[in-house]
Amino acid sequence: MESGDKVWEVFIQKKAGLPFKHAGSVHGYDKKMALQNARDLYTRRGEGRELWVVEASNIVAVPLDEADAFFDPADDKIYRHPTFYNIPDSVGHM
Amino acid sequence: MDKFEAAFNELIEKELKIEPRDWMPEKYREHLIRQVSQHAHSEVIGMQPEGNWLLRAPSLRSKQVLLAKIQDEAGHGLYLYSVAETLGISRQEMVQQLHEGKAKYSSIFNYPTLTWADMGAVGWLVDGAAITNQVSLQRTSYGPYSRGMVRICKEESFHQRQGYEIMMQMAFGTPEQKEMAQDALNRFWFPALMMFGPHDKDSAHSSQAMKWKIKIESNDHLRQKFIDHTVKQIEYLGLKSPDPNMKWNEATGHYDHSPFNWDEFWNVVNGNGPCNQERLDHHKKVHNDNKWVREAAAAYALKTETQVA
Ligand SMILES: [Fe+2]
Ligand SMILES: [Fe+2]
Repeated sequence: MESGDKVWEVFIQKKAGLPFKHAGSVHGYDKKMALQNARDLYTRRGEGRELWVVEASNIVAVPLDEADAFFDPADDKIYRHPTFYNIPDSVGHM
Repeated sequence: MDKFEAAFNELIEKELKIEPRDWMPEKYREHLIRQVSQHAHSEVIGMQPEGNWLLRAPSLRSKQVLLAKIQDEAGHGLYLYSVAETLGISRQEMVQQLHEGKAKYSSIFNYPTLTWADMGAVGWLVDGAAITNQVSLQRTSYGPYSRGMVRICKEESFHQRQGYEIMMQMAFGTPEQKEMAQDALNRFWFPALMMFGPHDKDSAHSSQAMKWKIKIESNDHLRQKFIDHTVKQIEYLGLKSPDPNMKWNEATGHYDHSPFNWDEFWNVVNGNGPCNQERLDHHKKVHNDNKWVREAAAAYALKTETQVA
């Protein structure tokens, strides 16, 4: 990459109360330019009321070959789900 | 077959999406890089024939509309460069490949835009053909490409309408304007149809791409869809079909068309169209003229964003 040019990941919040959502990425040399480029690229039609940009190199992810083991503990705890418990119909919605 | 390859095959089989960090065959990656970078370059080079009319648009309204449309195309180029970057190639490399003639862009943009009616024909037919293709690509198997297509299709919806609006103004205007509209239709019709690429029987790339579900519908299928859809739009304008053999075929349920001039198509693809040299020279010139801006931005960032921890 050309010196100083960086890739930033872009997150947009469409309305207050909604979570930020990943929109894609953008190039920029500094924070301010990354924000302005993200605005021009991703929010030309009122798609957002808030915008985050994060340098792509700062994102931490689970290595692909560890992913199975990493998420495995979530699979065998069925008692974390409401359907694990038997509650009589007569007590109403719970 | 290892578990990663099996997982890849299963995702394709079930029409789920492949994401950037998933394992994928090298050929799948290469095919996508070639297709997506070509798509990105097309969006960017495609700004030139329209930019040609920005300073000569006949009204302030038409100038605003054209400017907004061209800005969208720049955005489409950037979305697509981002998609390709998730596959491990940098934007700088892609631009370099374009400049060295190693990467192509859609040959439709190597035709000149001679009159204001051409702005109508481009929006109506060129964007129209591109939209037909892009709507289908929304279902492509590569996640970031698919998401980019969804975003692009949303933005494209006004491009074709603004083009058709210009065609209506010209076709329903003075006899001279109507003649310009007819001439633009005549010049862009066949090149627009050839944008869909070679016939299925001659397209080796496409069949592998369809197995991987990078492509969902074949070139001929999409082209026929576009023709069938566009005929009544030509009729509404009161213009003559540029193809004397375009007739409704009761048996196939589609419109027939003349054979295409593939020699012309390949000639333009291989660099000998009316504007190939001009388009590439212009891109290189602007890229080089703006070098100082990139250098200044890098120097400024270095000065203002150095960490003082
Ligand atoms: Fe576009
Ligand atoms: Fe467009």
